[in-house]
Amino acid sequence: MLAPTATPQGSLEVACGDQGELILSFRGVLKATTIHEIWLQARHELGRRSLSQGVVVNAAEVVYCDSAGLGLFLDLAEVQRKSGGAFRIDGLAPRFQGLFHQLEGRRGSQPLVQRAPYRSLPGLVGTSVVHLWQDGVALVAFIGELSSAMTWALFHPRKLRWRDVWLTCEHVGANALPIVGLISFLIGLIIAFQAAIPLGQFGAQNFVADLVAVSLVRELGPLMTAIILAGRSGAAFAAELGTMKVNEEVDALSTMGLPPVRFLVVARVSAAVAMMPFLTMFSMVFGLIGGGVVYLSLGFSYVLYCHQVVAALELNDLLGGLFKAATFGLLVATVGCFRGLQTELGASAVGRSTTRAVVTGITLIVVTDGLFSVIFFLLGI
Amino acid sequence: MNGDEASLIEVANLSVAYGDHTVFRNVSFSVKRGEVFVILGGSGCGKSTLLKHMIGLRQPAEGTIAIEGEEIVHGNPARRSRILRRIGVMYQSGALFGSMNLLENVSLPLEEFTQLHAEGIERIARMKLEWVGLDSFADYMPSEISGGMQKRAAIARAMALDPSILFLDEPSAGLDPITSAELDVLIRNLSRNLGITFVVVTHELPSIYAIADRVIMLDKERKGIIATGDPRILRDRHEEPSVRRFFNREAA
Ligand SMILES: Nc1ncnc2c1ncn2[C@@H]1O[C@H](COP(=O)(O)OP(=O)(O)OP(=O)(O)O)[C@@H](O)[C@H]1O
Ligand SMILES: [Mg+2]
Repeated sequence: MLAPTATPQGSLEVACGDQGELILSFRGVLKATTIHEIWLQARHELGRRSLSQGVVVNAAEVVYCDSAGLGLFLDLAEVQRKSGGAFRIDGLAPRFQGLFHQLEGRRGSQPLVQRAPYRSLPGLVGTSVVHLWQDGVALVAFIGELSSAMTWALFHPRKLRWRDVWLTCEHVGANALPIVGLISFLIGLIIAFQAAIPLGQFGAQNFVADLVAVSLVRELGPLMTAIILAGRSGAAFAAELGTMKVNEEVDALSTMGLPPVRFLVVARVSAAVAMMPFLTMFSMVFGLIGGGVVYLSLGFSYVLYCHQVVAALELNDLLGGLFKAATFGLLVATVGCFRGLQTELGASAVGRSTTRAVVTGITLIVVTDGLFSVIFFLLGI
Repeated sequence: MNGDEASLIEVANLSVAYGDHTVFRNVSFSVKRGEVFVILGGSGCGKSTLLKHMIGLRQPAEGTIAIEGEEIVHGNPARRSRILRRIGVMYQSGALFGSMNLLENVSLPLEEFTQLHAEGIERIARMKLEWVGLDSFADYMPSEISGGMQKRAAIARAMALDPSILFLDEPSAGLDPITSAELDVLIRNLSRNLGITFVVVTHELPSIYAIADRVIMLDKERKGIIATGDPRILRDRHEEPSVRRFFNREAA
C-alpha cells in the first residue's frame, strides 16, 4: 500500500496504566517528514518517568509508518533497555512487525564496532609528538630507499622508464613556463619599483639594476621557482601516487616484484631535478626583464641596464643559484612522492596527502634556503 | 615439482588486526599444488585481508605463511621476491594502472621480467586479453571500460607471466552469469591443463560448485575458519547451520 497522502499527521496520546506504566498511544501517519515533534514529545515523556516504570507503546491506530516510525519505536526501546525498564509494543500492524523485529534483532546481537575513543589534551599532544617522530623516521627510511633506487638506476640506465621521465619533464618543466615567466616578471617589476623610491632618495636609482640582478639570481629566482614547483608538481606527484595507492595499484606493483620507489619515484625525482635549473634560468631572465621595464621607465638606457646587471653578478652567483634550484627540486619531488606513497585509504586521504606535500615541501624549501645562506656566507660565495 | 604435494602454501596460526580491531585470529590451513582453493565468508569478514597477507603485502600480528616452503613474512628477501615473481594477483578493485592502456598493463610484467622482443611481448599480451574476451579493447584506458571489464583485464595482467599460483579476489563479482561461467571454464582449464594453483575469493555459488576443489569459510563473529572441505559435502552435511545456510542461500 502506498502512503496515504492527505491523511492527518500522526499524533501521540500519553496515559498512565493500572500498574503505573506509561502508555504511549500513537495514531495516524508516522513519516520522516512529520514525525519530529512526536518523537521529541515521546522522549520527553520517557525522561520524566522514574527508571523502573515500564513503557507500553500502543501502535494499533498507526495507519502508516515508514522507517522513521520504526526508528522512533527502536529508539524508545533502546532508552528503556539502557535504563533497565520494561518495554512492550502492542498492536503494531503485521506488515510493519517483520521490519521492526529484523532491525531490533540486529541491534541486540551486534555490539557496535568500537571506534577510536575520545582522547584528552595530553593524550592528543602525546600522539602528535609520536606521529611527528614516526613521520621523520619514515622520511629517513624513504630517502634511504630512494638513494638505493637512484643508484640502481644509475647502473641500469636502460631499465629506467624513459618515457615516464620525458613525460614528467614535460609536465614539470615545459608546462610550467608560462606561470614561472609571469610570476618572475612581476616579481622583478615589483622589486625594482619598490627599490626605486628609497634608492632615489640617495640619488642611487642607478643601482636598482644591481639590486634586481643580485636578489633574483642568488635568491628569488630559485625560491620562487621552487615554490611554484611545490604547488604544481609536488602536489601533482602526491595526488598521482596517492590515487595509485588508494586504487591498490601500488600494491599491484609490489606483488609484481617492481619496487614502487624504483618504478614510480625515480623518474619523477630525476625529472624534477633536471628541470629545475632550466626553469630557474627562465625565471631569472623574466625577472630581469621585469626589473628592466621599471629601470627604463626611470629614464635610464637599455645598455646601461645590461652593463649594470653584468657587472653586479659573478659566475658563482649564477652557479650557486642553480645548485640551490636543483636541490629544491630534489626536496620538492621527494616530499611529494613520499606523501603520495604515505596515503591511507579513501579519496579524502589523497587530498590530505596533497596538502601535506605542499606544506612540507615549502617548509623544507625555506629551511634549506636559510641553511644555504649560511653555508654560502661561510664559503664566501 | 619437488615432492611434497601436500602443501604448496602453508598458513599457520595467522592473526591479523587493524589497530585494536581483530579481523581474525589463529587461522591455519594449507593449499595443495594444482588445486582450486576457494575462500568464502560474509562481506567484511577478512577475505581480502587474508589474501593480502598470503602474498606478503601486509605484516601479520602473528603467524607464518610459507609458499613452496619459503617463509613470506620474515624470510630471506631475495628468495622471497623470487617466489613472489611466480605468483599473479588480481585485486578486488582491479588495480589496473590508470596511466596505461590495457595492452600496456598486461605487457608491463613481460617487459620488466623477460628478455622478449617487443612483438613477442605484444603477441603474448594480446593472447592473454583474448582469454578474457578483451582483445578488441587492447588500446582502451582502464577508465574507459566497465567495472567487469576492468576485472577481466586485471585477470589477464595477473596471468601475464604464466604464474604458478594465481590469487583472484572476487573475479566474478559484477559479471553477468554468462561471462562469469566463461571465466569459470577458463579457471578450470588453466588449472587442469597448465597445473596452475588457484586461490580464489568468491561468493558466487554456481562458481564455487564449478571450480572449487576445496573451500574454507571465514566467519566474522568467530574471527576464524568455521568450515573446510568440499563445498557439496559442506552444503549437505555440515553440522553448523550457518554454513549450510550459506550454501543454500538462506537468510538467518
Ligand atoms: N586498511 C584498513 N584499515 C582498517 N581496517 C580495515 C582495513 N582494511 C580492512 N579493514 C577491516 O578488516 C575487515 C575485513 O576487511 P576485508 O576487506 O578483508 O573484507 P572482505 O572479507 O574482503 O569483504 P568483502 O567481501 O566485502 O570484500 C573489515 O571489518 C574492515 O573493517
Ligand atoms: Mg574483499
